Amino acid sequence: MVPVSHILLLSTALFFIGMYGLFTRRNMIALLMSIELMLNSININFVAFNKYVWPGQLDGIFFTIFIITIAAAEAAIAIAIVINLYRSHLSIDVNDAAELKH
Amino acid sequence: MDISTIIFYLIAAFILGMALLAVTAKQIFRSAIWLLFTLIGIASLYFWMEVEFIAAVQIVVYVGGIVVLIIFSIFLTQQSAADMPSPKLGRKIAAAVASLLGLALCGLLVYEYGFSKTEATFDNEVSRIGTAMLNTGSDGYALPFEAVSILLLAAMVGAIVIAMKESE
Repeated sequence: MVPVSHILLLSTALFFIGMYGLFTRRNMIALLMSIELMLNSININFVAFNKYVWPGQLDGIFFTIFIITIAAAEAAIAIAIVINLYRSHLSIDVNDAAELKH
Repeated sequence: MDISTIIFYLIAAFILGMALLAVTAKQIFRSAIWLLFTLIGIASLYFWMEVEFIAAVQIVVYVGGIVVLIIFSIFLTQQSAADMPSPKLGRKIAAAVASLLGLALCGLLVYEYGFSKTEATFDNEVSRIGTAMLNTGSDGYALPFEAVSILLLAAMVGAIVIAMKESE
């Protein structure tokens, strides 16, 4: 029997690994990959709570499905922005796209 | 310690190891491949939790869709064999300290609370999920379903408009 807290600790660790990537990477696609890791850790949390704490309901499953959908939409938009940025700057390093800084 | 417990810890170690490699790999293409393995590990965790529908969606959407999209955009925009510039040591240390402190805080909270397990079985058959998704009653999700489908449509149109070349 695995206690629920161990699954939650796994998802917490995964979330903070994604946060480490978000802090250290400067490449826009790498940042997107870190965000996907964080979203996935949250999905694990929702499913674990739904299965082990509130098994009568389906809310966690639905939150997971909607998060996956929104993550797919977000990835599509982000990659369109990356391609557009590459066309105008020939680089996808976030430090090179600082025109709006004053 | 039964076999199911051992499998859980194996899956957990696999996920965390692959995720660490994904955020520290020097070449962005390798990073994408480690991300792919992380997502497959998470899908196997869903199989371990016996939520087969979410596991299948995870494989179809994440592994089959998002990672392929990311790899395509790497090929379109990067020298995939070139190393990414390594972050400064100070930034690495600061990021590691911040992440470890956050992990310690959240881990302590989770561990202290120690969520108790209920023994009731979890009925997540696809037919039940489908009925709830299109149900307009009190436990139905018809409205968020419609909202998210409009969001997907808007995202699709937006992605095309943003990535389109401006014609003269």
